[in-house]
Amino acid sequence: MSRTHVNCTVNGDEVDFLASDDTSLLDALRDELGLTSVKEGCGTGDCGACSITVDGKLNCSCLMFAPEAEGTSIGTVEGLANGDQLHPLQTTFLEGAALQCGICTPGVLVAAKVLLDENPSPTETEIRYALAGNLCRCTGYDKIIHAVQEAAVTINAGASK
Amino acid sequence: MTAVENPPKKYKYVGTRPVRHDGLEKVTGKARFAADLSLTGQLRGVMVRSPHAHARIKSIDTSAAEAMPGVKSVTTGADFPDIDPAAPIYDESINVIARDEVLYHGHVVAAVAATTLSEARAAAAAVKVEYDVLEPILTIEGALADGATISNKSTRTLFLGQDDETNLASVAPFGRGDVEAGFADADVIVERFFTTKAVHQGYIEPHACVVDVGQDGKASIWASSQGHFAVRSKTADILGWGTDKIKVTPAEIGGGFGGKTTIYLEPIAVKLSQKASRPVKMVMTREEVLRATGPAPAAEIAIKVGAKNDGELTTIQSTMKYSNGSAKGYAAMLGAMSTASYRFPNLDINTMGTVDNTSKSAAYRAPSAPQAAFAVESCIDEIAKTLGMDPIEIRLQNAVVEGDITAMGAPHPKIGFIETMQAIKDSEHYNSPVPEGAGRGFGTGFWFNIGEQSSATVNLNEDGTATVITGSPDIGGSRASMALMAAETLGLDPMRITPIIADTESVGFTDITEGSRATFATGMAVTNACLELIDQMKQRAAMMRGVEADQVEWVDGAAIVDGQDPLTIAEITGQAKQTGGPLTSTASLNAAGAGPSFAAHLADVAVDEETGVVTILRYTAAQDAGTAIHPSYVEGQMQGGSAQGIGWALNEEYIYSDDGVMENASFLDYRMPVASDLPMLETIIVEVPNPSHPYGVRGVGETGIVPPINTLANAIHSATGVRMTDLPMSPPNILKAITLQKASNEQK
Repeated sequence: MSRTHVNCTVNGDEVDFLASDDTSLLDALRDELGLTSVKEGCGTGDCGACSITVDGKLNCSCLMFAPEAEGTSIGTVEGLANGDQLHPLQTTFLEGAALQCGICTPGVLVAAKVLLDENPSPTETEIRYALAGNLCRCTGYDKIIHAVQEAAVTINAGASK
Repeated sequence: MTAVENPPKKYKYVGTRPVRHDGLEKVTGKARFAADLSLTGQLRGVMVRSPHAHARIKSIDTSAAEAMPGVKSVTTGADFPDIDPAAPIYDESINVIARDEVLYHGHVVAAVAATTLSEARAAAAAVKVEYDVLEPILTIEGALADGATISNKSTRTLFLGQDDETNLASVAPFGRGDVEAGFADADVIVERFFTTKAVHQGYIEPHACVVDVGQDGKASIWASSQGHFAVRSKTADILGWGTDKIKVTPAEIGGGFGGKTTIYLEPIAVKLSQKASRPVKMVMTREEVLRATGPAPAAEIAIKVGAKNDGELTTIQSTMKYSNGSAKGYAAMLGAMSTASYRFPNLDINTMGTVDNTSKSAAYRAPSAPQAAFAVESCIDEIAKTLGMDPIEIRLQNAVVEGDITAMGAPHPKIGFIETMQAIKDSEHYNSPVPEGAGRGFGTGFWFNIGEQSSATVNLNEDGTATVITGSPDIGGSRASMALMAAETLGLDPMRITPIIADTESVGFTDITEGSRATFATGMAVTNACLELIDQMKQRAAMMRGVEADQVEWVDGAAIVDGQDPLTIAEITGQAKQTGGPLTSTASLNAAGAGPSFAAHLADVAVDEETGVVTILRYTAAQDAGTAIHPSYVEGQMQGGSAQGIGWALNEEYIYSDDGVMENASFLDYRMPVASDLPMLETIIVEVPNPSHPYGVRGVGETGIVPPINTLANAIHSATGVRMTDLPMSPPNILKAITLQKASNEQK
């Protein structure tokens, strides 16, 4: 099968790769670009483990074909930290023990980042609905919700300085 | 997040909450799970699965598939050795790949490896299999019906010693006292029939492995599992190989909950790799995970409980039937343990396991206990309400304590059941009013926990840091727990300790991470290795100070010789070359004295009587951890178990067509709890130390899933007056029950 040459930006870097028309963006990110933080939990857009941002919007990469990434700007958890400076969400997830097995964590962090970018002071209910597309089977979500609340406080304290 | 500390904390590091050692990799996306690994020249393997729930395989023609583009190898059951049906590995062997008969929809019949995934999928679709379709057995009732089709010809009833083909996997009775006299003497009798559906463990990471069989015929396996030594031995047994021909390296594991204690992919990936002389990666789809990996058994439980007017629970009689799915197992007899929370002088429990043509069941967190506890705790709630007693008081009055006899006949060791219920009784939640229009429910659960075999090696490095090497995959923070126990024993900061999970050739044999055993048993091996290192360091310090070893004391991470400055670990290891070489120690054990863990939960629910939707307004879980080594991950186990139990209670179920095809094999239709379904899950850690563990650990993984079903059923009854006896308590089932109740009230 012929393959399409796809050009896009991933975590700020210009990249290109070849993909068949039936390749999901998830498989292209993992297999062509080595971004294995993007996980496949279901392949049907129900679990959120493959969450990425496409031009700033939250997407399930398993529901996009790789050629659809042409010209877009993609964000994954690999791009969340600024060098060795962790994003506040990463810090609060670590300190609050908001992960157990860690398979859902990259997708949860990407979704939580999108939430806090759009709504810097979400209520508990807003966090729960914003993360309702990200399944976690280990934590019961409790510590995840607390960690997102803590990160919002940290970010807002930094912004008001 | 209060902690009832009994006795008060006496440790420096145990009980603290450091950032876990593997955390940074997991929040930056660097952690490598099995599907994240790739080898040069790697092929992708895909299974060919049965479209029938029960059929005889007439023929398999792989020639068309072999001629497809990119195909490098194909395997069928004919490539695997025949195994004696009496051998322990038999059921897992035929579950990995069918031989003459397929036993459930999705059973593997062949597999293909090709250069790309899409080529492998196309080739798998080209494998031609001819079947003689047989009648599928899909329910417990169907399995036990007179003249029923035999669902799996190899089934012989465990414990009966008969050699007849049967669908009855096991019968095991437990009894004491005089049940007839007990009921005759009872003032209140509750008799009910409970049913539960198969549910899945629901780990987010599908099963995956990468296998490379080298020129020397040795297989290297990278796998996601709860126990890589078990992957090695099971793969070896299924292939008829020696364990020396297989090395298994544990990848990070993305959830297991019991479901990754068995194997599905590895022997097939070995065959495909061996035939192609190329590495092979195999990753299941979610649909494959749901159709063909272990759900927890469906159950049918008839139960009768008798009590005196003063609340004494005198008598219990129950027949507990569990479906093992396509192969025999011990699921049913494990259910009997759920009666072990109360004294019951008269007890008659019959357990039966059945075999049918649904996928082979697997362990799921406190296997078999949630179903049986649903029945027992619902009946006790009903008795308490009938007698006008507080639901905690009646349980406190009848609770087992150390020395009381379990249903299985052994006495309980030191346990904290009363302390755990008391913690709920003393909680702010219990002492706050029930919200307007809501109902409150209380329930409990229990799991024995297990010990088994573990090994640990602890190396002291030249700068005084330490490496702790174990063979227990970390499924929920156990690296941090191992480091904390080593830290406490050595007197060394846990951040100067690196906990490692080593491959099958780099650490001693270690059983699976299951039964809440890793922190208990592997933690004990780590502690023993550290104690041995302290002896070594005292000897080295004695050489350095020119005294006898018995003149050296070990205090707070340093060797003390009377009147001299302490020698730190770093000072001792820095001189290791001069005092006899590197300091290292290995300990291994078969741990005895696992500590049972009891849990008590409290829930406030609102039930929408027009839609049947149950909303959990508030939820509190208390559990006896023995000692919480890392309290955050103890809370995490309690919260995760609660959430899984809530899903089991309210929504999750396997739905089969009449042909035995699972009709909801996706995360859209198999509905696990999402963040917006749940409230905060409040936790109370109770600490009644286990005297058999150096730090009092009981193990906390299992028990949390046991109480939610019964707790929510009891809360729904408080809210609506409806006693739910069938799972799930989903909106349509709740609506049906409310409608029936209204109709029956109108008739009265």
